[in-house]
Amino acid sequence: MSIETAGCGTLVIILIMAAVTLATRWGGVFVMSFVPINYRVQQFITAMSGSVLVAVLAPLAIKGDNGARLALLSTAIVMLILKKPLPAIAAGIFAAALARQF
Amino acid sequence: MSSDQPHLHKLTLKHIYDGFKQLIPISLFVVVFGVAFGLAAAQTGLSDTSAVLMSTLVFAGASQFAALDLWGQQVPVVPLMITVFAINARHLLMGATLYPWLRELPVAKRYGVMLVVSDANWAMAMQAFSRGKPGLGILFGGGIALWVAWILGSWLGLHFGSAIDNPVTFGLDMVMGCFLLAMVVGGKKNLRMFIIWTVAACSSLLAYWYLPANSHVVVGALAGGVLGAVWMEKQQ
Repeated sequence: MSIETAGCGTLVIILIMAAVTLATRWGGVFVMSFVPINYRVQQFITAMSGSVLVAVLAPLAIKGDNGARLALLSTAIVMLILKKPLPAIAAGIFAAALARQF
Repeated sequence: MSSDQPHLHKLTLKHIYDGFKQLIPISLFVVVFGVAFGLAAAQTGLSDTSAVLMSTLVFAGASQFAALDLWGQQVPVVPLMITVFAINARHLLMGATLYPWLRELPVAKRYGVMLVVSDANWAMAMQAFSRGKPGLGILFGGGIALWVAWILGSWLGLHFGSAIDNPVTFGLDMVMGCFLLAMVVGGKKNLRMFIIWTVAACSSLLAYWYLPANSHVVVGALAGGVLGAVWMEKQQ
């Protein structure tokens, strides 16, 4: 099934996208309201929250260009030393920009 | 978690305003992403109203870019729904990780706050909780800052996007990646966490290479979570 992008079609497509996205924003909270929060669930949640980020970043580091890799490396190093996110992000962007000039 | 620290779920106007201010720096970068989206939407042939409406109602950048890839005279509905769901499925996990604090709120507020959840405000809220500070103001107020920035950026991109010459050269595509990495590195670190992250990273990469598109985040996150549930820290 397809929707024409002429006329109201675009609006319908946007509403479908919005509904699916809203389902993802609400679904996790909704499901968890049936799960008793015990120690094991807490450990699952804590481990998963860092893992979400790592899972987003891993392909970015592998498939990215050298600029992307240098950016992530610089961010990690500055963050470990200064423990402040903004200088770490700035260092990462600067590294990517620098690497891509050559 | 929340039971020992009962104040962490507090959500007053002051918390929301503070959260809003705290996310303003990263929101400025989100404006730039928005510009990139607006520009791409204009090039794909979306009208100005549609592109701004999409950013307002969907508010999920990666899935909006993916929708543009499917755009044509007609848009196939089921592939569109699967793509949007797979890319945004990480929200399900974010909602689950926030639940220990969200459950203290009345139902309407609980789901109201989740309207604006996205990567940056979620990551900063979780970091606040792990440091024993209230995080829901960051989640909601910061989310509003990001949402406004995303809409504003999209609008700017539609009108002035062609003035920006290749943002990738300036490293601007790396803003969100570097931000998320800073959140990981700034979090709790020990050997157990490091091994969990390694498993998450490897699972994500395997899924990225061998499983259907866009499944890697969910696969990696669940692998890390399950390992954490099986290999628990000693209870104090």
